[in-house]
Amino acid sequence: MSSVFFQAVAATIIASSIPLILAAIGELVAERSGMLNLGVEGMMLMGAVCGFIGAYFSGSTLIGALCGVAAGMAMAALYGLLTIGFAVNQVAAGLALTIFGQGLSGLVGAHFVGLKRDGAPHLHLPWLSDLPYIGHMLFGEDGFAYVAVGLVAGVAWFLRYSRAGLDLRAVGDNPASAHALGMPVGGIRLKAVLFGGACAGLSGAYLTLAYTPFWSPGLSAGRGWIALALVVFASWKPWRVVLGALLFGGATILQLQAQALGIRLPSQMLSALPYVVTILALILLNLRRNRGSLTPAALGLPFVADT
Amino acid sequence: MSVSPWRFKLVTRANPSRALVLLAPVLAVALALVFGALMILALGKSPLQAFDVYFAQPLADPFSLAEIVVKASPLVMIALGLAFCYRANLWNIGAEGQFVIGGTLGGGIAVATHGMTHMTFWILPTMLVVGMVGGALYALIPAVLKVTLGVSEILVSLMLVYVAQLNLDYLVRGPWRDPKGFNFPVTAGFDTAATLPPLWPGGAVHSGVAITVLLVIIMAVVLARTRFGFAVRTAGLAPRAAGFAGFEHRRLTLALFALSGGLAGLAGVVEVSGVINQLQPSISPGYGFAAIIVAFLGRLSPVGILVAGLVLALTYIGGEAAQIAMKLPLDLTTAFQGVVLMCVLAADVLTHYRLTIARRAS
Amino acid sequence: MPPPLVSLDHITRRFGTLVANDDVSLAVQRGEIHALLGENGAGKSTLVKILYGLIQPDNGTISLDGTALRVGSPQQARAAGIGMVFQHFSLFDNLTVAENIALVLPATAGLKRLDQRISAIATRYGLPLDPQRPIWSLSAGERQRVEIVRALIQEPRVLVLDEPTSVLTPQEATTLFATLNRLKAEGKALIYISHKLEEVRGLCDRATILRAGRVVATCDPKAYSAHALGELMMGRDIGAVRPPSGAAVGAVRLRLNQLSLAAPDLHGVSLHDITLEVRDGEVLGVAGIAGNGQSELFAALSGESRTLADAIVIDGHAVGDQGINRRRALDAAFVPEERNGHAAVGAMSLADNLFLSRHALPGLLQHGVIDNNALRARTVEVIAGFDVRTTGPEAAARTLSGGNLQKFVVGRELARQPRLLIINQPTWGVDALAAAAIRQAIVELATRGAAVLVISQDLDELYEVSDHLCALAHGHLSAPRPAAELDRSAIGLLMGGANQFAAEAAHVG
Repeated sequence: MSSVFFQAVAATIIASSIPLILAAIGELVAERSGMLNLGVEGMMLMGAVCGFIGAYFSGSTLIGALCGVAAGMAMAALYGLLTIGFAVNQVAAGLALTIFGQGLSGLVGAHFVGLKRDGAPHLHLPWLSDLPYIGHMLFGEDGFAYVAVGLVAGVAWFLRYSRAGLDLRAVGDNPASAHALGMPVGGIRLKAVLFGGACAGLSGAYLTLAYTPFWSPGLSAGRGWIALALVVFASWKPWRVVLGALLFGGATILQLQAQALGIRLPSQMLSALPYVVTILALILLNLRRNRGSLTPAALGLPFVADT
Repeated sequence: MSVSPWRFKLVTRANPSRALVLLAPVLAVALALVFGALMILALGKSPLQAFDVYFAQPLADPFSLAEIVVKASPLVMIALGLAFCYRANLWNIGAEGQFVIGGTLGGGIAVATHGMTHMTFWILPTMLVVGMVGGALYALIPAVLKVTLGVSEILVSLMLVYVAQLNLDYLVRGPWRDPKGFNFPVTAGFDTAATLPPLWPGGAVHSGVAITVLLVIIMAVVLARTRFGFAVRTAGLAPRAAGFAGFEHRRLTLALFALSGGLAGLAGVVEVSGVINQLQPSISPGYGFAAIIVAFLGRLSPVGILVAGLVLALTYIGGEAAQIAMKLPLDLTTAFQGVVLMCVLAADVLTHYRLTIARRAS
Repeated sequence: MPPPLVSLDHITRRFGTLVANDDVSLAVQRGEIHALLGENGAGKSTLVKILYGLIQPDNGTISLDGTALRVGSPQQARAAGIGMVFQHFSLFDNLTVAENIALVLPATAGLKRLDQRISAIATRYGLPLDPQRPIWSLSAGERQRVEIVRALIQEPRVLVLDEPTSVLTPQEATTLFATLNRLKAEGKALIYISHKLEEVRGLCDRATILRAGRVVATCDPKAYSAHALGELMMGRDIGAVRPPSGAAVGAVRLRLNQLSLAAPDLHGVSLHDITLEVRDGEVLGVAGIAGNGQSELFAALSGESRTLADAIVIDGHAVGDQGINRRRALDAAFVPEERNGHAAVGAMSLADNLFLSRHALPGLLQHGVIDNNALRARTVEVIAGFDVRTTGPEAAARTLSGGNLQKFVVGRELARQPRLLIINQPTWGVDALAAAAIRQAIVELATRGAAVLVISQDLDELYEVSDHLCALAHGHLSAPRPAAELDRSAIGLLMGGANQFAAEAAHVG
């Protein structure tokens, strides 16, 4: 098989892993603060539809992406209001957000189904993109890919070295202690949730602006849920999100390239592959879970100051 | 960021207010209606007219009333099981998949026995049992993974929804497709022996509805007056106290997933044998997810769920009517259901906490 | 006379109808250790939380050096020079020592030189710490050092310590007092909350006593006996528990044979080769500092954790692999340490809470359905028999005060007339009257011929009720010895793990 084929495969893997990286890195930050937001799918869908509409009217991919980010954050704010403001059970609130997002995105995007616009341009980095063999593979992506990698690096640095990152980890570990020391538990958690929403919105915008690139109802097809699984799979460590996302990207590629590779399976079985792979990945991870897991101790637990 | 001089604070109530326990869901629905009206206004339609089509007209029409009951039946049946899970802090969110598997397996028997003319009395009971057992076993996958390996039941149960849907899609487009069906992706229509009879001769309500009502009564008694129900309530309120009582959490987890999956599977087979009467790529308009809303709207209590199921069924019927009469998109119903759930959850806070407004020290 | 370094004047704070602090005033001079005394619920915690900025008072002022200042948040308190060592540690298990300390410093403080600053404080006050270790790997004593270093690194002028010795061995407490006296010599003002009145008499210069939210006395604690201080706190004389009458000791009721149990999780303690016997009519006291395996031992005894069958023998039956209800059927009864969420469910009624530990015994189920009348009758018996102050069997458990709920959960077990009682921290956080009643009930149960095993961190309590004493340290249990033959320093050494030479050597090396 030719190098062109491999380059195409690699490009597809990367393209299908970007939305997962974006959504998962945002959710990772929210979860490290103790907030389990199961509304990723709903936030992604809203980001996708608003991103598409923004870009459609402005003609600018950038403005579209910003619209997606804003939509994701608005949804996250709703979740924050429920869970932080009203101490609603996080699982239930996240499910509500997903259901709401599915309906609202369909409603908002009803007139835009089937409309097309050009996909986001691939950035050409001088010299790097021209490297033989790997140049096109690694440096021929659209802007979203670079943003995704940048976000992961930024989050990794933030959590490890910054004081705000330390505060965030403390809140996720023991909100009662954090409160006793005078830390604004609710405020820190809200910011983390909003960041998660922004990332999920951007991830959705990537789908409609670069990946497909058009809007159709429910087009995230469970990617929000896979992103949630990815955070667990990554043991809440930022760079492992990239690793996991590429693995899932690989499952997707198998689905698309199966015919070319001569695999004769029902298409539904191939479509089910990412979900089955997700379950298998979670099983494998738990089989070899070691003592060093970073599972936030207060994940999913509401905090109401009693004073 | 500017800070307002006032802030809201939640103060725990020692005893949940009895009146608010009943009032909260009503308040929530009222609040959801306000948001619904805003959404309809944004779509450029009249909320009053929409509410009339959505809620008033179906209630005035006997045919629609029967349809509401038929739609509420699977919602209530699924939500009963989910409520037990959620009370115990176990998050089965894959009831949609268990519903589909139940319908698929039960329906499979109808497909396999299609055309049989003698000794057909066993077909329908077997379908119901197989659908229920199939749903239970499917729900046990996440439960077993949770108790043995600690895998998140939320993610696994949800992933299995997609797998169940794709499996059904494959079967009705492939091996089970009706050869005489003009290439439509459907199975042959079920024989009479494989369909649930109507509740009364010629009626529009199938007898599965009676099963649902019976289950509501049974589950209400089980929850309030049996040791199992007590174990479920304790496990959610205080897991360590449940351990002190000698209730084993692993066994309870398996039992509750089997129970909720079994009820979802039963709902699935009742739906295909009582309403659709064949298998097709999609046999559920999202009952498994809507049942989550029903469970919470019904305050996780069996009788409350019965009422909540009827309310949510009304939004389905009203939504279809509004689509035809006012060209309102069906997604409005989903969005509205999401708003209902959020309002229910937010209103719930009032029963557990007092909302006080404190002045910031300045 | 110069103005006091810190003073709280006419502080009032209400929570709903409850007045937690009613016109409370307190002043502490430089170089003074000032005791804050009072029963649970007397308002001590509220007062120090106000000083630390966690709660805002409705009325009253806080002054430093005679200048009134507003303490709106813990950050402001720390900036003003007020430090706090919490009773229930406010540490983060999964963060390192250095990260825990960095959290209270201004965001601009460089983290790079933090390790040096920690070492400097550690050397100066004799509080050795490894900055890079995660908190979960530290013992209770080490965790407290982190709390104290974290308070000291901000160079506070006022330091509040909330029951600091409750997690220390007597020997560790002596070391802490040396540190506190050094701080006193440096001219700092210390506010010291403790229930241990002898300790307060030895350490503190003055004492303010709170009762029901009001100051009832300010005095020199050395001028009063511990008994007199106790009377001031409670407003009445609490009679001493009548000692065990020396009932005839009978057959072995509970036997542990080399009970070992691996820690259930990262933060737990493993149990090693625990062997003991408790006979009918005998009270065996298990001393130890929190976090040395008490919860794990209780879980093994109750059946909430399973062991080898032969490791636990009740009345001749090997039950180590059996659940709690099988053990209850052998006339054993259990009272865990934590009332809320373990012994009782706060949101449930008292009747439901009775069902919680009795459902597997005969009498409460009819054809599989709960017999509400029988349940109610049994609950009323417990409420009446143990003087539980409540509105009735339908009252939610969380509406009861700590003392009343504890009387209920103890009474629930004692009303069954068990032959074996396992009880963990019987009077933790309970007012003195209720505590005395519970201890009396334990002693009387043994007098009637039952075997009792009491796990407690409170040595006074153990000496009051026990015939034999042993100590749990790092999951190892010392051999039981008659309580009369074991003085406090001896048991203190055992609580520090003095009987495990090998473990000790490894620790030091």
